Amino acid sequence: MNVLKLTAAALVASVAFAGAAAARDQIQVAGSSTVLPYAKIVAETFGETFPDFKTPVVESGGTGAGLKEFCKGVGPDTIDVANASRKIKDSELETCKSNGVTEVQEIKFGYDGIVFATDGGNADLKLVPKDLYLALAAEVVVDGKLVANPYKKWSEVNKDLPDVEIAAYIPGEKHGTREVFDEKVLAAGCKEAGATDVIKGLVADEKEAAKKCIAVRKDGLAIDIDGDYTETLARIASNKNGIGVFGLSFYENNADKLKVATMSGIAPSVETVASGEYPVSRPLFFYVKKAHLGVIPGLKEYVEFFLDDQMIGADSPLAAYGLVPAPDAEREEVRKAFSAGNML
Amino acid sequence: MTEITASSPATFVRPAQTRRDIGIKKRYRAEKRFRVYGVAAILTGLFFLFVLLWTVVSNGYTAFLQTTISLPIEFSEKVIDPKNERADNPAKLMTANYPLLVRDALVKALNIDPANRALVKQATDMVSASARTQLRDIVVANPSVIGTTQTVSLLAEGNIDSANKGQIDLTVAEANRKVKDKQIEWMKMLSESGSLTKSFNTGLFTYGASSRPEAAGIGVAALGSLYMMLIVLVLALPIGVCASIYLEEFAPKNRLTDLIEVNINNLAAVPSIVYGLLGLAVFINFAGMPRSAALVGGLVLTLMTLPTIIIATRAALKAVPPSIRSAALGLGASKMQTIFHHVLPLAMPGVLTGTIIGLAHALGETAPLLLIGMVAFVVDYPGSPMEPSTALPVQIYMWANEAERAFVERTSGAIIILLVFLVIMNLGAILLRRRFERRW
Repeated sequence: MNVLKLTAAALVASVAFAGAAAARDQIQVAGSSTVLPYAKIVAETFGETFPDFKTPVVESGGTGAGLKEFCKGVGPDTIDVANASRKIKDSELETCKSNGVTEVQEIKFGYDGIVFATDGGNADLKLVPKDLYLALAAEVVVDGKLVANPYKKWSEVNKDLPDVEIAAYIPGEKHGTREVFDEKVLAAGCKEAGATDVIKGLVADEKEAAKKCIAVRKDGLAIDIDGDYTETLARIASNKNGIGVFGLSFYENNADKLKVATMSGIAPSVETVASGEYPVSRPLFFYVKKAHLGVIPGLKEYVEFFLDDQMIGADSPLAAYGLVPAPDAEREEVRKAFSAGNML
Repeated sequence: MTEITASSPATFVRPAQTRRDIGIKKRYRAEKRFRVYGVAAILTGLFFLFVLLWTVVSNGYTAFLQTTISLPIEFSEKVIDPKNERADNPAKLMTANYPLLVRDALVKALNIDPANRALVKQATDMVSASARTQLRDIVVANPSVIGTTQTVSLLAEGNIDSANKGQIDLTVAEANRKVKDKQIEWMKMLSESGSLTKSFNTGLFTYGASSRPEAAGIGVAALGSLYMMLIVLVLALPIGVCASIYLEEFAPKNRLTDLIEVNINNLAAVPSIVYGLLGLAVFINFAGMPRSAALVGGLVLTLMTLPTIIIATRAALKAVPPSIRSAALGLGASKMQTIFHHVLPLAMPGVLTGTIIGLAHALGETAPLLLIGMVAFVVDYPGSPMEPSTALPVQIYMWANEAERAFVERTSGAIIILLVFLVIMNLGAILLRRRFERRW
């Protein structure tokens, strides 16, 4: 018993002292779960290519949580890189600055397409933002008035669509994907349907009017998915008529189980997203603390390796996984901006 | 004779007997109904347990097999070290173009025209990208292989592995699946010649996390879990036992100790994520300990396990009859001697059972680890509890979110491994109790 007690006391004491002494030799990354698979591929290949450096540790947890950790301060006990599936918000940048993280480098490394897909056994599906808006909005304009969404079946929205009940699995509000969905699908569809102006006429406050356009119905026909795309896939497997929202890379890895819908007549692919023809896409970012470059071993090399064409170029492993590479000139610009040390 | 004896009491007792009959039948029926409810409850439980085990095992057993492709690799000096500078600059061997060796071997084995780039790419896609490190390790460990030809067993790429196990629907149009017709043809060819085989997947136990399913394993996660369990055991057992001995044997019974007891019982029911928040605030933000480290995970899980151990230990101490204490005290032992020589050894089986069940609970915990950065992609083995690592249930969670098909079976495979650990621990607890428990 005495021995046990002594060990315990020794351990508690060592634990108390050990914390402060740690100087880190391993890059720490956290953030978006959309960027996670890409960051994992880069981290793993980085570890294999540079045997002198340890493989970076990549945490998942979401863009918001990652940036929060990132903005906690500067020093070896804070993370070095935050992955983000959206741009950093002004409020987040302010938090960063007030905590001493004044030198933040923003790096845009590619694009991600957002696709709509149903079960592989269904007929081909052609969607336009207008149909999705009418099917999913909380309130739509009927005879010049805003009424609760009356549509229950896709065929009621557009007679070319299948005669089945509406069931859409869309990303939950905490996802970065939701923002893109709101902006590029619902707001665009609202405009296409000619509802934007009508709503502006009905609702005086401009902000409120914009919100009406992207408010999603809450009667159970549009289902928020707070988990990952695997959950959406499982929902579609159990409801064959359901339509789900996926990242392009996830769809490409599961193309045998899913049938992808065209958006305004364009089928999503790495090419159509890169050229901008396919409308629903978003840039992917990561943020680096400039103060950590040169302090954390390998951080500079990691960022340079990430930006190298062998990682994010047209013929790279990230593109093979589903990342949409940025045009050549843009990639070159990002590399230049990083080595020049441009900050936000 | 019989007639008389049978009929005569009947004439007397009949009214009473009929009343009693009604009551007995009703009570029998009630008991029967209750038994049926009980059996139904057990059957429902067993049914769901069976469904769970069935889905996990039927999805996961294939994870213990891995497809490999053995190829005669020519470790050509022209590719690895064209300028013959390895003697002066050993780092050269680290950066050589090893994938080229695999490509050449495949082109030869499959009889492809090296100029047909599309076909060559399809062929090289069949072998895991981890082949680079595999070949590099062979050469670095023994540079004398340069210039020779060795048969090396390379991991097949995840999708090829899935196709070989029949998990990819080959009736789907070629454009919509990850495995192409040509590759299936080559797979048949290679398996007929005996170079494409399925064997036991040792990598599942030894590799760290990887973005490539074929090279992903639970090694790092298992080591992280082991570190955490050791920390929990070393900290929670002595602290928990000391606390319960004091509370049970020495502390005066007053309002304060009642309050402490209520609080301990409450803490045992607090959701584990709360301990994660506490760990983030106290250990990482305040004490400055490293993120993602097994040390912090172990401390958080210690806090979480303590109430369980204290409650179990107090119950075990209470179960030791007072006569033992009285006898020891009566023979002149001090209170301390009474407790450590007599009461505690008798209570030990109960204490250990409680500890093991607490540990098993901690082993399966993910939520508190999320906040302290242990839900992470960690490739390198942690050399100490201070280095980043992850945990078994976390690895399962991370694999469950992967897009690749080959991770589906690995997720279930990892669940099977975790379940086996839990069964062993709980079995240990039961055996300890059976062997050492004393009845009074």
